[in-house]
Amino acid sequence: MIGARKDLLGLEDLSAEELVSILDTARTFREVLDRPIPKVPSLRGLTAANLFFEASTRTRLSFELAEKRLSADTVNFQTSGSSVSKGESLKDTARNIEAMGIHLVVIRHQASGAPHYLARNLDAGVINAGDGTHEHPTQGLLDIFTIRERRGKVAGLRVAIIGDIMHSRVARSNIWGLTKLGATVTIAGPPTMMPAEVERFGVTVARSVEEAMEGADVVNILRIQLERQRSTLYPSLREYARVYGVTSERLKRAKPDVTVMHPGPMNRGVEIAQDVADGKHSVILEQVTNGVAVRMAVLYLLAGHKAQGEPPVENVPTEAKQTHGEPSLHPRR
Amino acid sequence: MASPLCIRGGRVLDPARGIDRVQDLWIANGQIAGLGEDAPADVRSHPQVEVIPVQGAVICPGLVDIHVHLREPGQEERETIETGTRAAARGGFTTVACMPNTAPPLDDRPRIEYVVRRARESGHARVFPIAAVTRGQMGETLTEIEDLIDAGAVAVSDDGKPVRNAEIMRRALELTRRLGVPVIQHAEDPDLKGDGVMHEGWTSTRLGMRGIPDAAESVIVARDALLAELTNGHVHVAHVSAARSAEIIRRAKARGIRMTAETAPHYLLLTDEAVQGYDPRAKMNPPLRSARDRDALIEAVVDGTIDCLATDHAPHTEIEKDSDFDSAPFGIVGLETALGLYLKALVEPKHLSLSELILRLTVNPCKILGLPGGTFEPGSPADVTVFDPSRRWTVRASEFASMGRNTPFEGWELPGQVLLTMVGGRVTYRPDAVPASAR
Repeated sequence: MIGARKDLLGLEDLSAEELVSILDTARTFREVLDRPIPKVPSLRGLTAANLFFEASTRTRLSFELAEKRLSADTVNFQTSGSSVSKGESLKDTARNIEAMGIHLVVIRHQASGAPHYLARNLDAGVINAGDGTHEHPTQGLLDIFTIRERRGKVAGLRVAIIGDIMHSRVARSNIWGLTKLGATVTIAGPPTMMPAEVERFGVTVARSVEEAMEGADVVNILRIQLERQRSTLYPSLREYARVYGVTSERLKRAKPDVTVMHPGPMNRGVEIAQDVADGKHSVILEQVTNGVAVRMAVLYLLAGHKAQGEPPVENVPTEAKQTHGEPSLHPRR
Repeated sequence: MASPLCIRGGRVLDPARGIDRVQDLWIANGQIAGLGEDAPADVRSHPQVEVIPVQGAVICPGLVDIHVHLREPGQEERETIETGTRAAARGGFTTVACMPNTAPPLDDRPRIEYVVRRARESGHARVFPIAAVTRGQMGETLTEIEDLIDAGAVAVSDDGKPVRNAEIMRRALELTRRLGVPVIQHAEDPDLKGDGVMHEGWTSTRLGMRGIPDAAESVIVARDALLAELTNGHVHVAHVSAARSAEIIRRAKARGIRMTAETAPHYLLLTDEAVQGYDPRAKMNPPLRSARDRDALIEAVVDGTIDCLATDHAPHTEIEKDSDFDSAPFGIVGLETALGLYLKALVEPKHLSLSELILRLTVNPCKILGLPGGTFEPGSPADVTVFDPSRRWTVRASEFASMGRNTPFEGWELPGQVLLTMVGGRVTYRPDAVPASAR
């Protein structure tokens, strides 16, 4: 359990202690994934439903894998969300979930706040797998997990986030999580893609990518999706690549051992240059692996309070139990 | 003469005539007979006077709301003229003007006549329809405005949508000028609004919601001020929500431009922070804005920049509103909470006196639309509202007469219990449980 939480809706809601507790638990599960049989019975007997109202490949696979590695039963529900009125289908979905006795619901939805609606209406635990342009907490967690594993800490790091901040749920979750853990976050992107009063997140808004790169420990590059945004926001991908694309030349302003991240899928040659994507600083595939571990941790911790009578967590890795009991702000290295 | 009515012992407020004193209000034959000793002797000495004692309460001309959505014809699952006017009566309103964005819209004579007839048959308040500016409210072709006004419409508006085309707005102002009715503008630039769902600011940023900047409203208010100046027509700005709009209206008035304005209670009491938690009951258009806007609007009501107070009563079904924020429709109900909310927002903090509030809920809206009533002048229809400003009550949407339950004020404790509403001398609302006199 994370605190006494039923749901994980966003990193804004979590305390630093809770974040650390999840990250510590994730490390334990990361080790499980390296075992010859990367599976534990922690969620045996529990059922998780993956509801994807919006197309997703890696997040859905990552959650499903995490659930299976924890021995949960899984059911998947996918819809384009275009045929039925969104509100109706969400309400009906909630009722169906209730009727099927599902314990954990993973939801991705095109509407910000859709997971909150489900959480209000369900006894099941709800995990936000990306809601509109609000948050994508498990992506934020896996990014921070990757940073912490790579750089040994989070506090005091300089993290640059580059791209369309306004429409990025990845950016919001990263900003909340990183600032709570003491990192310094600088953002850069087209002024048309900066949300109103963004500095109130406690971030610095750089005037250019170059400025944001200056001395950065970590550069997190957001996917640009001009085709999904209003056409008035930016002239073209070509212009975007020219002004905001992260190239090895621009990367030189960062620390020599800078960590380069991208939540995927990448537009190579647009927001990230080919040589940066495949370069020595890139941890992009590591992020994918870590994603499974982080999602296992979240599922495991949220399922904690689903345990009635016989705990479903009997065979949980011992370290997970310890760290979960006494969260530590310091990574154990 | 049928037996006259004497509403006794209350504080009579008739701002049109500068009256504020404890006095009897005499009613005979559905009309105001007079106040106290001024009422004709044959009325006062009638052998069968019905006395309604209301000690401690306020007696004022029936409240007038010039911005409601009654949803009939075509959206009777949300509200009907019957239920909507029952809600009006319960809220102390005796007169409402209803917007034409029904299904189909009120854009031709039979539809205006239908509303007038339905209101006569089933109404608990006087209903004055507002006709569409353009056919189908599509913003392209003007309606037959003179015919519609002749049929009973009191103004034109495409409310729900703006009159987007400046040329159409200009011509509508020119055509309404000679009729003496305003064009009521739902001021919103559709391009700037985009697919926004709430005020653009820190809260929308945090919640990851598409924002509607205040300029979406203010640019149209500014444009319309120029068009009103060009045509000498009368623009009435509906539901002002932004500080900048109020400032533009203030300057327009100072230049002698014929621009009037209204706002709604929620803009004076809530800010965009109410959207926190993605509660669809806090979703309306224009959206709840910042604390700065809220404070500026209160100031604009006080200095008269905003002439009158409306509700933008917009009922929706529970099915529509019970959803995620994005999918939910814009709009909240207002008729049954407005008086209490305005007392709370304006009178309790002493921004306005009680009399100044009543002025903005009676005389001023009547003036804007050229409606009868709004005063206790002898001979005027006996539209009367009696309420106890000190008696507090709790908002329970489940008790509403309106079919709409979509209010963000559920559970709020408000001043100003309505004790009696009367239209043309006929009681339209009188709560059974409330004793007729309050100390």
